[in-house]
Amino acid sequence: MTSNLEAPLRRAERDAERVVAPPIVSVENLSKTYASGFQALKHIDLEIRRGEIFALLGPNGAGKTTLISIICGLVNASEGRVLADGFDIERDYREARSRIGLVPQELTNEAFETVWATVSFSRGLFGKPPNPEHIERVLKSLALWDKRNNKLITLSGGMKRRVLIAKALSHEPRILFLDEPTAGVDVELRREMWEVVRGLRDSGVTIILTTHYIEEAEEMADRIGVINNGEIVLVEEKRELMRKLGSKQLTLHLLHPLGEIPEALIAYHLELAADGKELIYHYDASLALDCESGDDASGITALLGDLDAAGIHFKDLHTKQSSLEEIFVSLVRGRQ
Amino acid sequence: MNFYSVRAIYTFEMARTARTLLQSIVSPVISTSLYFVVFGAAIGSRITEIEGVSYGAFIVPGLIMLMLLTQSVSNASFGIFFPKFSGTIYELLSAPVSSFEIVLGYVGAAATKSILLGLIILATAGFFVPLQIAHPFWMLLFLVLTAVTFSLLGFIIGIWADGFEKLQLVPLLIITPLTFLGGSFYAIDMLPPFWQGVTLFNPVVYLVSGFRWSFYGISDVSLGASLTMILLFLALSLAVVSWIFKTGYRIKP
Repeated sequence: MTSNLEAPLRRAERDAERVVAPPIVSVENLSKTYASGFQALKHIDLEIRRGEIFALLGPNGAGKTTLISIICGLVNASEGRVLADGFDIERDYREARSRIGLVPQELTNEAFETVWATVSFSRGLFGKPPNPEHIERVLKSLALWDKRNNKLITLSGGMKRRVLIAKALSHEPRILFLDEPTAGVDVELRREMWEVVRGLRDSGVTIILTTHYIEEAEEMADRIGVINNGEIVLVEEKRELMRKLGSKQLTLHLLHPLGEIPEALIAYHLELAADGKELIYHYDASLALDCESGDDASGITALLGDLDAAGIHFKDLHTKQSSLEEIFVSLVRGRQ
Repeated sequence: MNFYSVRAIYTFEMARTARTLLQSIVSPVISTSLYFVVFGAAIGSRITEIEGVSYGAFIVPGLIMLMLLTQSVSNASFGIFFPKFSGTIYELLSAPVSSFEIVLGYVGAAATKSILLGLIILATAGFFVPLQIAHPFWMLLFLVLTAVTFSLLGFIIGIWADGFEKLQLVPLLIITPLTFLGGSFYAIDMLPPFWQGVTLFNPVVYLVSGFRWSFYGISDVSLGASLTMILLFLALSLAVVSWIFKTGYRIKP
């Protein structure tokens, strides 16, 4: 019993620490207008908590990569300030950047270098003395050890992606940015990489990832930020977000098919499906049953009572919650 | 100073030379040897001495300078252009390195390669013609200053170029003609008076002249003018590089 409770307790402790500790990345009033006049970011404020996995979601051109690029030093901000572990990314760029690792979206690498040489180069470039033991640990954790003497040009796409992660981890960063980390990676490898990312989070590294794969955010993130048209639309705990915005669907498999919805049940806005064999009811997931008063704002208790009164019986039922993808689409559409 | 970062860039660039030994070292040495055979031995045997120096020996400083200029520009421009082209420049920009350290790494490596190449060509020349170096310190100083200055120019070209064509444009259309017309193969006073005047606007004349003076004590222009010109060009290149990093020109939007 005790061991069953340990994991959730540890998670709760870690969550509490994250909330109390000062943010590891702090973005204040950040704007970016490119020379072409395109405004990629509009007065962004964002705080990333220490040790969390933060997923930044948004459609193409929303400003995800620009935001990451500014924090990592690839793009100049037009306005605003960013602190990484308390250091200003412009004034104290050496301190700030030495704490940050970046895995870019594109598979960019020196084709004729070996895995070992390119990862060792990255460590040196970030001002760290050689540490073959650390490089070995990183390569082994990413299943690249056997390929250490291979030239990058001979590696598969998934392996090249892992090399980029190894390069970003070579200087032991506290903050890791993963820009579309599993783009073009097969399902099996994607799951392996999720495990690697979780392992990094457990070792104390804060992870900020952008992704098109909602499944990825749903699977891994502690908190979700949604960016659209250069603005942060919302930032929320993943579980809270799904609870708040996720609509639920109750499907009743009827004993006898219905031709139409009876008058008495019109108020519930029910849908008939599967030739009248299924009755579908949509309700708000955040409206839970109040156990003390017995009030059920979701309307399920009342619906079941009314169905019974109308002589409609069912042989089975199931509920389904909206995926993060559905929530994301509805959020972005809502803004447009 | 971020010593490990500079060392990483420098050794990475030097390793590239080792990987491309044929292109970096062997090819320039062979082409210079051909110059010696054609100009020094074949044509040079028909040309009288120039200010007491045999024609074959006379062209050695000019040939070294020709290789030094083209290879410095080519090494340094490719060194910084390739990360831009392949996208790996993201790592350089996100690293805790100052612009000075980046330049030190790239330009240092390119200049080292050119200086090594210059010395190899000098040694090769010894097989073809009798050599003398009257002022070895000045010879090395001109070698180093020219390699560093033109590596800086190459670095600027590498940043400016947005395609392979532009990368080749300046070395082919500007550096090589200026070197050929800069007294590499002749003394300025061998030209008609009008062209003697025009040629003084060619900055390479001052480099070749100063370098040749360090070998044989003969020059087209004064040593002071040669030194002033190379230092002026060095200062100008440094100013442009510093402007590039200040504004993020073509590397940081």
